[in-house]
Amino acid sequence: MAESKDSILKKIGNYIKNIFSKNKKDKYERLEYASQSQLIWYRFKKHKLAAFGLTVLAILYFTSIFAGFVAPYTHVERIGDYKYAPPTEIHMISEENGLRTPFVYSYSKELDPETFQYEYVIDKSTEYSLKLFVESEPYKLLGFIPMEHKLFGTGDKDAPVFLFGTDNLSRDIFSRILIGGRVSLFVGFGGVFLSFIIGSLLGGISGYFGGVIDEIIMRAVELLMSIPKIPLWIAFSAAVPRDWTAVQTYFAITMILALVGWTGLARVVRGKLMSLKNEQFAMAARAAGASDFRIITKHLLPAFISYLVVHLTLAIPGMILGETTLSFLGLGIQPPAVSWGTLLQDAQDLTVLADYPWHLIPTAFVIVTVLMFNFIGDGLRDAADPYSSK
Amino acid sequence: MGNYILRRFLVIVPLLIVISVISFIVVQLPPGSYVETYIQNLKNQGYQPDENEIERLESRYGLNQPAYIQYFTWMKNMIFEGDMGRSFVYKQPVSEIIAERAPMTIMISLMAILLQWIVAVPIGIFSARYQYSIFDYIVTFFGFIGLALPNFLFALVLMYFVYVHTGWAVVGIFSPEFVDASWSFARVLDMLKNLWIPLVVIATAGTAGLIRTLRGTLLDELKKQYVTTARAKGMKERKLILKYPVRVAINPLISTIGWMLPAIVGGEVVVSQVLNLKTLGPVLLGSVQSEDMYLAGGIIMILSSLTVIGTLLSDILLAWVDPKVRYK
Repeated sequence: MAESKDSILKKIGNYIKNIFSKNKKDKYERLEYASQSQLIWYRFKKHKLAAFGLTVLAILYFTSIFAGFVAPYTHVERIGDYKYAPPTEIHMISEENGLRTPFVYSYSKELDPETFQYEYVIDKSTEYSLKLFVESEPYKLLGFIPMEHKLFGTGDKDAPVFLFGTDNLSRDIFSRILIGGRVSLFVGFGGVFLSFIIGSLLGGISGYFGGVIDEIIMRAVELLMSIPKIPLWIAFSAAVPRDWTAVQTYFAITMILALVGWTGLARVVRGKLMSLKNEQFAMAARAAGASDFRIITKHLLPAFISYLVVHLTLAIPGMILGETTLSFLGLGIQPPAVSWGTLLQDAQDLTVLADYPWHLIPTAFVIVTVLMFNFIGDGLRDAADPYSSK
Repeated sequence: MGNYILRRFLVIVPLLIVISVISFIVVQLPPGSYVETYIQNLKNQGYQPDENEIERLESRYGLNQPAYIQYFTWMKNMIFEGDMGRSFVYKQPVSEIIAERAPMTIMISLMAILLQWIVAVPIGIFSARYQYSIFDYIVTFFGFIGLALPNFLFALVLMYFVYVHTGWAVVGIFSPEFVDASWSFARVLDMLKNLWIPLVVIATAGTAGLIRTLRGTLLDELKKQYVTTARAKGMKERKLILKYPVRVAINPLISTIGWMLPAIVGGEVVVSQVLNLKTLGPVLLGSVQSEDMYLAGGIIMILSSLTVIGTLLSDILLAWVDPKVRYK
């Protein structure tokens, strides 16, 4: 008797302990009470590549939202006489003092007597320390927060810091990449949102009602899928007037991407609805007299929302690449507005590329972004699958 | 089999009609009619437009009539006289420009598909047979990169590395001395020398997908009992794999051509622009930029029709290879 009393006390003690230390709850107990979305989140966090992708993307999005603060210059600012300046090297080891805080040397341009080309010579006489939160000319962060500091810099006009070099109009490529990211990184969300609306609406109608409507919509989807996408983008972009503002063009591009890209989603939604609408829980709802709208939104949607999320995540990189391709071809975002595609336009010229290879750096940003989205999509797919053993 | 082919052909017809409607919408997209743009273009170059010429154009293409009649005129001219309208930038009939450049587009696309298969099939077999080996991981890794890398970027990067390491600038399909030469063995060799970069670039994106598909089906197949049985009976491993599971796994691969083709044609458009190849891609781009819409619409029409026909051919091929499809 005494023993069982002890064990009961122990159980109560454990129970109280669990209430006060929520995080240290027994793993199984936590899983028992977790909602479906929490379960997905637990599994997602275990997927190393996906978690890595999420971190990298968070950094990318954060820096481009706050590009005004992180980037040392603006995307149109011509910095003195630094045309095609190579990336600034950041040194840690001083020739006199050995290891010290990061610093840069200043450049000066000199004419090469043999090739008659201007070359940048590093002037090693002065070391300019790199400072965090360096003072700058007053500007407005995000258009309304007055600021007088930038994230980093030397604070000296004679020693500019071009992390990724400058272009033919002596603009800082690093700043242009961050600011261009505002267009390239967010075009995916806009496009996916629009194609989500079109796709889930048409796919939903098609899958839930079936019959003739289904037949018509599915033929249309097949048709759109059988036409090459890129020529269609190119053709539609002819309808965008050249004198539109950057914002207008941006929305037009998003629309074009969505109009061509909703088909895959419509198919996913249709397939899922087709299989779910005959499940017993849907039948029960129908027998209880629920309206079609209520059955779809209340009973069917939660059952396949995770598939939708996975599909949307995997659709974003396609949209980003679409914008980049269009802008690269000169049909998307028009200068002086900047996106990763317009940045790569400068890299189209082989002679420029050979002499100033840092024009290829935006490529890395595009690839990394697309890769990370793919990682996250894969992670989500594994996490959303309730039958996965992981 | 004949029945199947006939049915597939019947499906193609409405598809082609809708494609022609979409292409016509493309022709009509920019503000202002063809004649207005034409006159504007002439004036920009300092010419006075000829009234008779304008009238002739308007009656020829039914330009002052409602859009649907214009569409039927356009279709009628195209089907019965092979006239797809005129390009005022090239001052040539659209059909001539397309006839001049389409063969190269078709050839490059076909060769790209061929290259994809040559690369993807052995790699797919190996990474399925040796699942979770280092080789498999490397292939998966490069597959990811291949999927993430847009065609034109890959073209840029490859072009840069070739130029830096060999000093050889890849522009066009032929070296200067062969551009206007007639076809000869030397010219074909020269073309192959220049063509490999665009081919590799166009083929890469799809190859990753092909390898994934083949690896997936083959893995499913390898787990099946007939494989175990054959192994137990002492069949040679190489013969066992190549003769049965691979044969089964090839079928879904053929059906991927249908959705691979649009990607290849689209990729070809962009890559040709970057590498300055004489195919339909750069012309399409130029025509959209100068609002030379009969040309743009014509090219969209041809590219899409070719893609659809290619898909049809791949369907027929699949039916020929896979009896399950034929008798469904």
